[in-house]
Amino acid sequence: MPLKIAVLAKQVLDPEMPMAAFRIDEDAKRVVPPSNIPPVVNGFDENAVEAALQIKDAQEATVTVISTGSSFALDVMKKPLSMGADELVLLQDDDFDNTIDSFQTAQLLAAAIRKLEGFDLIICGRQASDWDNAQVPLGVAEILGVSCVSLGKKVDVADGKAIVERIVPDGYQVVEASLPALVTVSNELGQPRYPTLRGIMAATRKRPTVWSKADLDLDDSQSEARVTLRQLFIPVSDQECEFVEGENAADAGRQLALKLREAKII
Amino acid sequence: MADATGVLVIGQSSADALDSTAAELLAAGRNAAASLGEELSIALLGDAVDAPAQQAIAHGADRVYAVTSPLLSGYQADLYLAAMDSLCREVNPRVVLISRTNEGRELAPRLAFRLGVGLAQDCLEVSVDEATKTLLANRPVYGGNAIAVVSCVQTPQIAAIRPKAYEAAELDSSRQGQVVSFPVDLDASQARVRVVETVREESEGVKLEEARVVVSGGRGLGGPEPFAGLEDLAKILGGAVGASRAAVDSGWVPPSYQVGLTGKSITPDLYITVAISGASQHMAGCSGAKCIVAINKDADANIFKDARYGVVGDWETVIPALTEAVRELMDS
Repeated sequence: MPLKIAVLAKQVLDPEMPMAAFRIDEDAKRVVPPSNIPPVVNGFDENAVEAALQIKDAQEATVTVISTGSSFALDVMKKPLSMGADELVLLQDDDFDNTIDSFQTAQLLAAAIRKLEGFDLIICGRQASDWDNAQVPLGVAEILGVSCVSLGKKVDVADGKAIVERIVPDGYQVVEASLPALVTVSNELGQPRYPTLRGIMAATRKRPTVWSKADLDLDDSQSEARVTLRQLFIPVSDQECEFVEGENAADAGRQLALKLREAKII
Repeated sequence: MADATGVLVIGQSSADALDSTAAELLAAGRNAAASLGEELSIALLGDAVDAPAQQAIAHGADRVYAVTSPLLSGYQADLYLAAMDSLCREVNPRVVLISRTNEGRELAPRLAFRLGVGLAQDCLEVSVDEATKTLLANRPVYGGNAIAVVSCVQTPQIAAIRPKAYEAAELDSSRQGQVVSFPVDLDASQARVRVVETVREESEGVKLEEARVVVSGGRGLGGPEPFAGLEDLAKILGGAVGASRAAVDSGWVPPSYQVGLTGKSITPDLYITVAISGASQHMAGCSGAKCIVAINKDADANIFKDARYGVVGDWETVIPALTEAVRELMDS
């Protein structure tokens, strides 16, 4: 049996977009997506796709990418397919608006995983660059009751176990987790691979499976909101920068040292 | 079941000492408990927690739950969660505060899901709406470009607080508090993740999180070699060297150097950034720095918006001159 791997991926606003384009509708408590900047697959989720594909390079495995949202840019969400993933499942419904409530998002993804009859390994990015909640993957692990390892920088599967190098503040640990397992990965995993021409062609031909709310067996007792968003605003900095100048750059460096001494900072 | 009441801090500690993050949580919890007019308690997990329990009381706890088991002597997420879950069900607190440390990053969301409640993640500040006894949490979102104010709907209302967002209160050893023994019956088979090996790869010298001075380098350095120059400057100032994510992703320094949203949170007195553009994700890790100095050749770089002092210039020229001048000043 090939190893069955799922990757949970989210479509997000491009975090590299110019700050000037970042706007908030404070009344609606929403970020207004700029019309001329396309969304992207969340960066850490691309690391998750890479982690899955590295396993698939080494052993027989299938990689299914699952995402949830109210609307998708299909060409964007097909990127993991063009990198080498096998299938794309989109949970799409007007109600799936990926709000700040990670609890609801995790319920949807867990329901989809159950409908797909479970996976040996679920790999996720450590957090999404929009709400930075870092909750959904761990929540999915809790709902499904599978082993959970966070902040991986290398993921392998051998002898029915996931072997993960997980980042800790002063280095890393090698840990083993029984399967089925969920692993979150971080940017330390390394650059995700670029799609190949062959991959792009194959992705063009693939059609995603699209499920709406009605297709998922959701637990109605869990549908109540867990978190309320009360306010959303852009913080203002009142910091004034004093530019230290000199006759040339070297002199500016010396002047900076004097300035710091004068201010009793050094 | 009685109504939920009180603020419960889940604190990290060793057998001998309370962790600084637990003391920070007690400061945050003290405010919340006062606004609610309710008790502040702390849960300490371990095989023996007598010494940190007394420190927790001196830091403001009214009550300490000594959550003990031989299986809690070292951190293991599954076992810690099982213990926290049974304590929360028994104590039924209104508010739970956890530090978003490396351990808190995994414990807080999993505990919230296990209890079926919401979590306000990575908060900079929490306050209480006294009329509704609701915890209001300010948390950075979109990489720190925006702030969301969120609240949890059910109890316990759980918030994970960013380390160093709060300052610990002064120790008051005359404070009195109660230590409640809460032994937990755990089974080793509950641990589904096992540590096989631990590899340390920290920079030598002062720890980044504890340094009074930090010198960080970014993408603009162009390679690993210039970090040696930053090491020199940091050494003279008794500080540590950090890096932006771009420098870590390029493989110039190990991940343990990373300052930022997904790296370390630092609060030095002086933070010197070299060739760092100042993306909000980086600034999220150093917003508590008392004085930020920016050296960047791009006068329009974002970093200057957050800096107290700035030099617009090439680091290759500025840093050696700065280092030499600092050396002379420190020697004199």
